[in-house]
Amino acid sequence: MKVIVCVKQVPDTSGKVAVKPDGTLDRASMLTIINPDDLNAVEAALKLKDETGCEVVVVTMGPPPAEKMLREILAMGADRGVLISAREFGGSDTFATSQIIAAGIHHMGLNDDDIVMCGRQAIDGDTAQVGPQIAEKLNLPQITYAGDIKVEGNSVIVKRMLEDGFMNIKMKTPCLITCIKELNEPRYMSTFGIFTAYEKPVDVYDYNTLKDEPLIDPNTIGLQGSPTNILVSFTPPLKGAGVILEGADKKTADELAGILEKKHVI
Amino acid sequence: MDNYNSADISAFKDVWVFCEQRQGVVQPTSFELISEGRRLADELGCKLYALLLGDNVSDKCKDIAGYGADGVVLCESPLLKNYTTDGYTKVIVDVIKERKPEVVLFGATYIGRDLGPRCAARLHTGLCADCTHLDVSVPVYQDFLKEASTLAPERIEGTSSAMVMGEKHDVSHDLKMTRPAFGGHLMATIICPRFRPAMATVRPGVMRKAPFDQAKADAAEIIRPEFSLTEADFETEVLAVEKAAKKLVDLIGADYIVSVGRGIAKDVEGGVALGQQLADELGGVLGGSRVAIDSGWLSADHQVGQTGKTVHPKVYIALGISGAIQHKAGMQDSECIIAVNTNPSAPMFEIADYGIVGDLFKVVPMLIDSIKAIKAAK
Repeated sequence: MKVIVCVKQVPDTSGKVAVKPDGTLDRASMLTIINPDDLNAVEAALKLKDETGCEVVVVTMGPPPAEKMLREILAMGADRGVLISAREFGGSDTFATSQIIAAGIHHMGLNDDDIVMCGRQAIDGDTAQVGPQIAEKLNLPQITYAGDIKVEGNSVIVKRMLEDGFMNIKMKTPCLITCIKELNEPRYMSTFGIFTAYEKPVDVYDYNTLKDEPLIDPNTIGLQGSPTNILVSFTPPLKGAGVILEGADKKTADELAGILEKKHVI
Repeated sequence: MDNYNSADISAFKDVWVFCEQRQGVVQPTSFELISEGRRLADELGCKLYALLLGDNVSDKCKDIAGYGADGVVLCESPLLKNYTTDGYTKVIVDVIKERKPEVVLFGATYIGRDLGPRCAARLHTGLCADCTHLDVSVPVYQDFLKEASTLAPERIEGTSSAMVMGEKHDVSHDLKMTRPAFGGHLMATIICPRFRPAMATVRPGVMRKAPFDQAKADAAEIIRPEFSLTEADFETEVLAVEKAAKKLVDLIGADYIVSVGRGIAKDVEGGVALGQQLADELGGVLGGSRVAIDSGWLSADHQVGQTGKTVHPKVYIALGISGAIQHKAGMQDSECIIAVNTNPSAPMFEIADYGIVGDLFKVVPMLIDSIKAIKAAK
């Protein structure tokens, strides 16, 4: 049994975000982090490894520096990494990205008891689409928004969260699960893990590695294979500044209550 | 169906809205999407259909159509009683291949965001996630950009076409799907120029529900397409469906919201109680910023922002919330924003209609007293 975890290196949008004058993101000036939800997927995989001794393979698609992120996850306890990286893969939307990652997983080989795990969504695009689309292209069943995962032989039972409750769903392996932050608390890298992270293998899958995969076709990868295009990107204007009610005393409170009364709130 | 080709754009017509029901209850976002879908269908000059799947749900057709649909595409089967990725994807893909709508909208709910990507991948078409604005008409879209963007007039003018596969493409018949990206720092408008249907998931609470029209409801055409679905089509089994034990707070439907943030850190219990008290006084509900939820001060159903709910209440009161962009993305369209914060340079003051620079633990009790006094005088 192996668990394949799909992860993404993303700009840290919680800090200062730099936007270039043309309305695109100035990625070069921003710090990159491991996408937070993906760490929950990593933790879920490592828990299974603790319980069953299964292999944990961490996969990402991105530019060569993304290898550093893979090493961090190897230091957390994953066994090996795969970096999918080629100029031909650039410019991909979610459809084309999932096509390429699915091809990478297919190239690696999926056994009957394997599980693919992803984070719910990435904080840069917030689409939550790549996980389900990988599942579709590998013809795997999926469960998204996993709040609890139990593995029993060749099936998993997942608590699938909804806005107003949850479902318990049973699914046969091989399958794909997307994980939410409530699922677990990701572990830190261990000292031993850091020492061994650079001894563990990281394979690079470039265009040549994957070009004979049935899913890899110039019409379904990269910019050319992406069904969606960006028409324009822009920053919203600041709303005009309002009124600051001076002083933080009884008079100000009365003034604000009066405004609420005029608005028929009270 | 075997000759289905998503690149044959001229073969596709009409707008469809997937109407989500859970245990036979049509989800509110479905009505919002029908209302929005009506406008898009009018701009395209085509019909609007609701797509409803379930078991014994035909009595819901009129409830849905009254918000503006010309008809309902109804697929009923005991196997469709509960939502499953397997069953719903198969049936939806089959009916889309047969009837070829040019636009399909889903609510960006935990179900819509499971189903939409799966359908789009199987149909070989594009899907734009979590949209907050939709247009077809170029002039209407450009008017939106004049209001909602800081783009120069010539760049707005330039949005009537796009470079697609190295050629200039006229976007006047494409669905223009606008959504926040990078935590709300940037907005992007996405098109799906070479394939149909153009598909979008739309954030709940963003589109406004139209008034219910009984005549429209009575006139709706019910279409029951043939489809095949057997137990063999399922690789998953739903063992149980449970409702949350605790009643969840309804932020999206609230007229008044009082939210708390980092500013309550020095006395979390007291701060939450003050926020709740003020909300109760106004007949509103309590919300929170990401800090308040991530720190465990409030449960996740209270979260307002990019990763929480998008709200546009009549009044939004932000207590001790600095106004990180990811929070503003979820509340900046509120009709009136009131901010209380000790830091005069908090970004929240940039979008607030009224601001008080001060300690919420002092200001809010005084405000509650003033409100009580006004009520007592009535």
